[in-house]
Amino acid sequence: MQLATLAIGLISATALWSGVQALNAQARTSYDRAAAALGGNRTATLVARDGGSYAQQLYVDLRRAGWPVSPAVEGAIRLSGRSLRLLGVEPLSLPVEARTAPALGTGDLQGFILPPGQTLIAPETLREFGLTEGATPELPNGQHLPPLKPQAEIAPGVLVVDIGLAQKLLDMPDRLSRLLLGSKQDGSRPPLRDIVGDRLQLDQPDAATELERLTDSFHLNLTAFGLLSFLVGLFIVNSAIGLAFEQRRPMLRTLRACGASARQLNAVMVIELCLIALLAGLIGLVCGYLIAATLLPDVAATLRGLYGAQIPGELSLRPEWWLAGIAISILGTLAAASAALIKAARLPVLAAAQPYAWQQAQYRWLIVQGAAALAVFAAGFGFLWFGDSLLSGFAVLAAILLGAALGLPAILGLVLALGEKLARGPLTTWFWADSRLQLSGLSLALMALLLALGVNVGVGTMVESFSRTFQRWLDGRLAAEVYLNAATDQQATEIKAWLKDRPEVRSLLPGARAEVKLQGQPVELIGFADDATYRDHWPLLEHTKDVWDRVARGDAALVSEQLWRRLGVKLGDRIVVPSDRGPWPVEVVGIYADYGNPRGQLGVAFGALVTHFPDVAKTRFGLRVDPARVPALIADLRSNFALGERSLADQSTLKAISKQIFSRTFAVTTALNAFTLGIAGVALLTSLLTLGASRLPQVAPLWAIGITRRRLALVELTKTLAMAAITALVALPLGLLVAWCLIAVVNVKAFGWRLPFEVFPFELAKLVGIALLATLLAAALPILKLMRMQPARLVKVFADER
Amino acid sequence: MLIVSNLTKSYSSGQDRVAVLRGVDLAVQPGESVALTGESGSGKSTLLHLIAGLDQPDGGAITFGEETISTMPDAERAAFRRERLGLVFQQFNLIPSLTVADNLVFQARLAGRHDAAWRTELIERLGLGALLKRYPEQLSGGQQQRVAIGRALAIKPLLLLADEPTGNLDEATADDVLALATDLVRRTGCGFLMVTHSERLAGMLDRRVHLHAGLIH
Repeated sequence: MQLATLAIGLISATALWSGVQALNAQARTSYDRAAAALGGNRTATLVARDGGSYAQQLYVDLRRAGWPVSPAVEGAIRLSGRSLRLLGVEPLSLPVEARTAPALGTGDLQGFILPPGQTLIAPETLREFGLTEGATPELPNGQHLPPLKPQAEIAPGVLVVDIGLAQKLLDMPDRLSRLLLGSKQDGSRPPLRDIVGDRLQLDQPDAATELERLTDSFHLNLTAFGLLSFLVGLFIVNSAIGLAFEQRRPMLRTLRACGASARQLNAVMVIELCLIALLAGLIGLVCGYLIAATLLPDVAATLRGLYGAQIPGELSLRPEWWLAGIAISILGTLAAASAALIKAARLPVLAAAQPYAWQQAQYRWLIVQGAAALAVFAAGFGFLWFGDSLLSGFAVLAAILLGAALGLPAILGLVLALGEKLARGPLTTWFWADSRLQLSGLSLALMALLLALGVNVGVGTMVESFSRTFQRWLDGRLAAEVYLNAATDQQATEIKAWLKDRPEVRSLLPGARAEVKLQGQPVELIGFADDATYRDHWPLLEHTKDVWDRVARGDAALVSEQLWRRLGVKLGDRIVVPSDRGPWPVEVVGIYADYGNPRGQLGVAFGALVTHFPDVAKTRFGLRVDPARVPALIADLRSNFALGERSLADQSTLKAISKQIFSRTFAVTTALNAFTLGIAGVALLTSLLTLGASRLPQVAPLWAIGITRRRLALVELTKTLAMAAITALVALPLGLLVAWCLIAVVNVKAFGWRLPFEVFPFELAKLVGIALLATLLAAALPILKLMRMQPARLVKVFADER
Repeated sequence: MLIVSNLTKSYSSGQDRVAVLRGVDLAVQPGESVALTGESGSGKSTLLHLIAGLDQPDGGAITFGEETISTMPDAERAAFRRERLGLVFQQFNLIPSLTVADNLVFQARLAGRHDAAWRTELIERLGLGALLKRYPEQLSGGQQQRVAIGRALAIKPLLLLADEPTGNLDEATADDVLALATDLVRRTGCGFLMVTHSERLAGMLDRRVHLHAGLIH
């Protein structure tokens, strides 16, 4: 039994921790690949001050002046209705540190540069689009990509071609997006400003890529869950080792009495533990791999949905991962065993068990622990008050959880003492008194249960709040009945003309999107038509009185919540948008919710957007249609214009897709939540088994006095359930506090948006029910054991030495 | 009156069965104190546990008054112990989470036979007045045994069973505890069966029976 529980604890702790680490490592490897492929984050770059493109002549001027720069051009292209990033590089001048990306060996260089050239593509992207090596897919503008060549080093979703071809494909003749600056130093070259003036600015390479920064919160979240599961797993290990120690206590005393030193005994036990940890750690790693492989599609979907990050669907693991997993298994075991090992080292050879003295010692420890809880809460408050980063947000969260866990035994102690004081009957008095005696043995497992429940309540409340807010938000954002994205402007014009003869179409809402950079960060500009649909439905959080009239005039903009927070603007402030026609100042007249979008967004009048960005594709529009006639209209549109699933969708389909993405986004969290709760249940089970083994001397006298085993078992079950119920009741406010922290602190820092905080009593009641059910299941085995215990076993207590 | 007739009990030891009691006959009258002596492993404790209904015999019968303890179901045996029996063990087996005061009246209150005046008298006779708020482990062996005897007598049992109650005590304390127990037994008129190794202590009781090789001699 001890070995099984020890193994379960170690395997689950190692599995969840290493599984999460595998997911994080996989994602980070992908970001590195993406960063290397884009060539922008591993090297210093020269970019236009307004974030747009600039003349190729600047490259020539800099090279002539001795600057080791290499040109790059990038932009989005559409393939099979989906967007891909096309990157054009000049392989001969690429800086050494950026050259890992295209992996252009000398053998391939000619093929890459000389006609027809090559399109380097990640193998998984090739598969995803159903393409084959050597294919030359056609782009919406009628041009063809050079023959595709799969290369493992290319990030998914990126196509790399020679710069000349890229300029042609992106219609950017003699224009560059950036210049990559090599690290080779040459003191004789003239200063940058003398050559390019104010037109370009130098962006130094970051240690972290943009994707790494964007996804930090997601990985921090995963790591936090992994760590929580690992700690809860260690609680099991601690209980199992406690059980082993309890059962071995007489043998240890005998060995000590026979002359074996405490040091010798401890050394043997440490070796034994390390061997078990090694074996269980290996099994845990295999389980961790399986967990990671199972969760990877959901993690990849979340990262793609939230941040646009492309993560390959296949897991690749490095030797460091295996070694780290084994190390954490062994170190975790030793940490969890430290209390038992210290106890074994100090074990008096002759002293009998002294539960009351132990309880008194624990009582003093409870006071210390309670004080520590208050200190941790104070620290958490400090982080909340003075901190202004995602890390400080997580520190607040950690402080809340740690403080509550540390404070739980003190709260339970107080409740149990109060119960004892108010108790009248003999059995009730014993019930409370014995519960207090049991508290120390159960407190770790109850702390694990509290953490698991608190996190479950917190995350559950946040997800439910998000779900309902998201639903309302979707209703506002997707107000049109049909959404259409034509392949070309020409097709868009034809469709518009065709729609004029369809009486069921009440109005046509043209839309357009452009991309700019504000404060060095990409920002999306969306164009609105002046229509009642937006006035009635758009999810505005704050706005001026005449918001839509102001937007329609073309000199005002709506700002997405995340951009509003990032820029620190308020209503009435002006933002200068770098447009193709020069700086375009717009006044902020409204702030709207834009959940799930990692990028900032500015909403402007459609007409004004088209005026300032004349080349922008005018292919998107929404249609207000009589809902009953939507299916027929869509069928007619498809048959007339060969529009695919991605180009034409009705409102309900889009909402269903959005909700599906939403569900997948939280699938990982929900899975880890369930794992953590499950592990907390196992921790409780092992603690109860440990206690069951050592509690026989406490229970047997009651049986001898005339309380049946059945009644004793029921009393024991009630005690466990009572403690779990108190824990669950403490977990409710804790969980709501965690939810508030996630919603008001962590989410705001991580994503830039804040949700309305809502409480869902039914969900809370359900979770308390689940906690009690988990406790019932965990308590069932020890209780059944007690119920079915042979009298001979109980009688032995009166004959054995205690 | 306690009557034990032809009682047998054996235990399995590996693949063998070891007969501990091989047809024991014994009777204890109300108000009578009987010492049960015998070598280690002779089955004294086993006999006591069977009489207390803590275990069930393989054969024979144990009757107390009109009731047959040996055939009672578990719940009835528990009720018998709770309401009619006083049990004292060598290891005292007090309830560690309760104070002396609570331990003392625990069984009596459980059986619904708590008598406040009797409790006060017991506390006085057993000299427990200063120890009431203490926990068992804070007491010496003699003190713990006095509490155990007090608990057993607090319900005014019809039968008091004691398994080497003085085994852990020095001679003077043992004499003191036994004198107290026999005095209280006499006053309440209950039967008293005590397992002991000590010839001297056995001599202090009304009668002595010797258990040897699973039979009473």
